[in-house]
This record gives sequence, structure tokens and C-alpha cells, in this order.
Amino acid sequence: MKWDWGAVADFMPLFWDGLLVTLQALALGSLISFVLGLVWALLMRTPTRWVRWPVGVVTEFVRNTPLLVQLFFLFYVMPEWGLTMSALTTGVIGIGLHYSTYTMQVYRAGIEAVPVGQWEAATALNLPVARTWRVVILPQAIRRVVPALGNYVIAMLKDTPMLMAITVLDMLGQARLFSQQNFQFTEPLTVIGVAFILISYLASLLLRALERRLVH
Amino acid sequence: MTPGLWELVLKGVWTTVQLLVLSALLAAAVSFVVGIARTHRLWIVRFLAGFYTEVFRGTSALVMIFWVFFVLPPAFGWQLVPLWAGTLALGLTYGAYGSEIVRGALGAVDPAQKEGGIALSFTPWQRMRLILLPQAVPEMIPPFSNLLIELLKGTALVSIMGMGDLAFSGNLVRLALQESAEIYTYILLIYFVIAFALTRVMRGLEQKLKANVGKKPERKVVVPDPVGQGVGVIGGGGS
Repeated sequence: MKWDWGAVADFMPLFWDGLLVTLQALALGSLISFVLGLVWALLMRTPTRWVRWPVGVVTEFVRNTPLLVQLFFLFYVMPEWGLTMSALTTGVIGIGLHYSTYTMQVYRAGIEAVPVGQWEAATALNLPVARTWRVVILPQAIRRVVPALGNYVIAMLKDTPMLMAITVLDMLGQARLFSQQNFQFTEPLTVIGVAFILISYLASLLLRALERRLVH
Repeated sequence: MTPGLWELVLKGVWTTVQLLVLSALLAAAVSFVVGIARTHRLWIVRFLAGFYTEVFRGTSALVMIFWVFFVLPPAFGWQLVPLWAGTLALGLTYGAYGSEIVRGALGAVDPAQKEGGIALSFTPWQRMRLILLPQAVPEMIPPFSNLLIELLKGTALVSIMGMGDLAFSGNLVRLALQESAEIYTYILLIYFVIAFALTRVMRGLEQKLKANVGKKPERKVVVPDPVGQGVGVIGGGGS
């Protein structure tokens, strides 16, 4: 096995470009999944089953099918339907939508973990429904679910390389491009492999610190 | 969709199922070996198992697949058939996630059970085989069921390497017909049906295993643990 540090040095500028794209996709994807997940979770609590059932079926479907195929779907079908987006936008929407079906369950568990007494107190104080949610239930629920949401951010990080399949030049995309141009596969792929391990390990340390602060 | 194209899709289903079964077997073996090693009394065994878990859980499955396909062959001078390369990459990655499930379930067994085993002067292996595993394995089934669905979704990644699985057959049909809405809808539906069938099978397995140790299966919905770091999930999560 031969290792060429020159190739690593050549790859590094591309690596930073790729890292930037990966982090962009991660940040935007997380944002979409956090917001959309909360929307799903709230819709699942509406009294009418005409809302709950469709939302339940759609999210179950999205959760149980591969993100990769969903990305292909968005990337190839949306233009046919007259909606053209850049590859990165498509990828961000795909990841955000896919993971919103996970975060919705996290929110649901968080909402269910709010003690019944809080609901009763809100009723006793005659708070309107919107206000009950906004100032009583959600602040308590979301505080509890932050660590779990963080776990999904790390999971999302590890799914961002899939964006390469729809031509986004993220870390893996850059590595593949570099390998194909220079016929050196070992160095760039190992560099990004190590980068993923480092980033997700640091993120998990950060998350543990955050969890300690929030829970107590 | 002509019959010829459907045949292509069916071949894709077959490849996906093969890959799923093989990598699930490898992942299960890795999960138990590494998970049990993490409860070993020697620190070096625990450390190595923990290191394995952190490395394989830390990196992305797709990067691992690239690595197995492109870095291993020149580095070691041998090349794997794509099916085995995919199995290896997926099995090792998802095995690392599975080892956390095994470790968690072993840790959740009542300590008095282990002490009982010591009092009866069982060897560590007898304690594991006769006391801990029979009680821990039924508890592992719901999180393993979630992991199996994640693995099914992970098998789609090999299509990027040109392996003719279900997702890849979707791309071929798209190129053949110059039309993508229909075929990708079918592909997604097929994945969903496979996932649904797997969930049912695992639920049946859970009922059977729990009946053996005199427990009822939980009816509450398990919040799927993210395929990520095992920081505490509310409501207990998987483990």
C-alpha cells in the first residue's frame, strides 16, 4: 500500500470547498427538518383524522424508503413537472424532508412527555389553544428533545455524501472528481473518511455537553 | 413500462434482497461479537471494540462503500465481487450500530440475574449464553427492526457503484423511457413494501421470543434511534 502525501496536498483545496458545501447542506437540511418535523408533529395532534391519516401515511412512506431514491425522484421528476431547482437546493430539500419524518417522532415524544398538569393548568387559566402551545407546551417539549434532534443532525451529516449522486460537489463529490482526474483513489477517499469520523466525533462531544446543560 | 423493463426491475429487486440478507447476516454477527466484546472484563478488548464502533459509526456508509470499492483493491491487490464488496461495507457499518443495541440490551438486564449466575458458579460464557442473552435478545428486536429498515435503505447506495440493484434499475428505466415520475414512484413503492414486510416479520419474531421468556411485547411505538451517536434519546429510545 503506497501513500502519497503530495496527492493529499493537491486534494486539500478541493477538500475545503467540499467541506463548505457539506456543511451548507447540513445546516439548511437540519433547519428544514426541524421546522417541517414540528409541523408534522402538530398536524398529527389535530382532532380530525382527515388530517392525521394522510400525514401519517405520507411520513411513514418517506421514512421507510431510501433517501437516495427520493433524491433521484426530486432531481429528475420535479423538472418534468416544471419545477427546476439547483442540485444543492434539491438535495437540501430531500434531506430535510426525509429527516423531518424522524424529527416529527422526536417532537411527538417530547410533547407527550410534558406532564398532564401543564395542560390542565393552561385550561384552568383559560389560555387559548395557540397560546397554550406557544408559551406552555412547546418550550418544555423542545427543551427535552434538543439532544435527540442533535443525534439526527449527526445522522444527516453522514447522509450528505448521497448528494454526490445528484451532481452536488460535496466532500465525496470532490474526492471522486479528484480521483477520476488523477487516478489516485486512496488519498482523497481516506482523507474524507477521516474527516467524517472527526466531525461526527466532535459533534457528539458537543452534543453531550449541550445535553448536560439542558437537562439539568 | 414494457415487460422487458419490468424484468429489469425484478432483477433489481432480487439483487437488493440478496444484498440485504447477506449484509444483515454480517451485521448481526458483527453486532453480537462487538457488542459482547464491549462487556468483556479485559480493558483492551473493551477498548478495541469501542474503537471499532466509533470508527465505523463515525463515518458515512457511502464513503465506506467507496473505500471498499476503490481503496482496498489497489492497497491489498485483490478485488471483491461487487456483491461481496457491498455486503462487507454495509455489514461492517451497520454492525457497528447494531453493537450499540446489543451492548445496551445486555446492560439493561437486571444485575441480580448476573449475580445469580455468579452465585451458581457459572463461567462467564455460561452466564452470557444461559442467562444474559435469552433475556436480552427479545429486548433487542424492536431496535434491530429499525436498524434493518435503515439497512434496506442503505442497500440503495450500492447503485452509485454501478451494482444492478433496485435503485439502479430505476435509473436504467429512466434512461430507456426518458421519463422518470412513473418508474421512481414504482421503485419507492417496492422499497416501502419490502420495509413493511420486514417490520411485520420482526414483530412476529419479537412476540415469539418474548413469549419464551414470559413477557408481552410492548405496544408503544419505539422512537427510532438515529443511525448516529448513542446520546440519550427521550423515552429510552432503543436501548
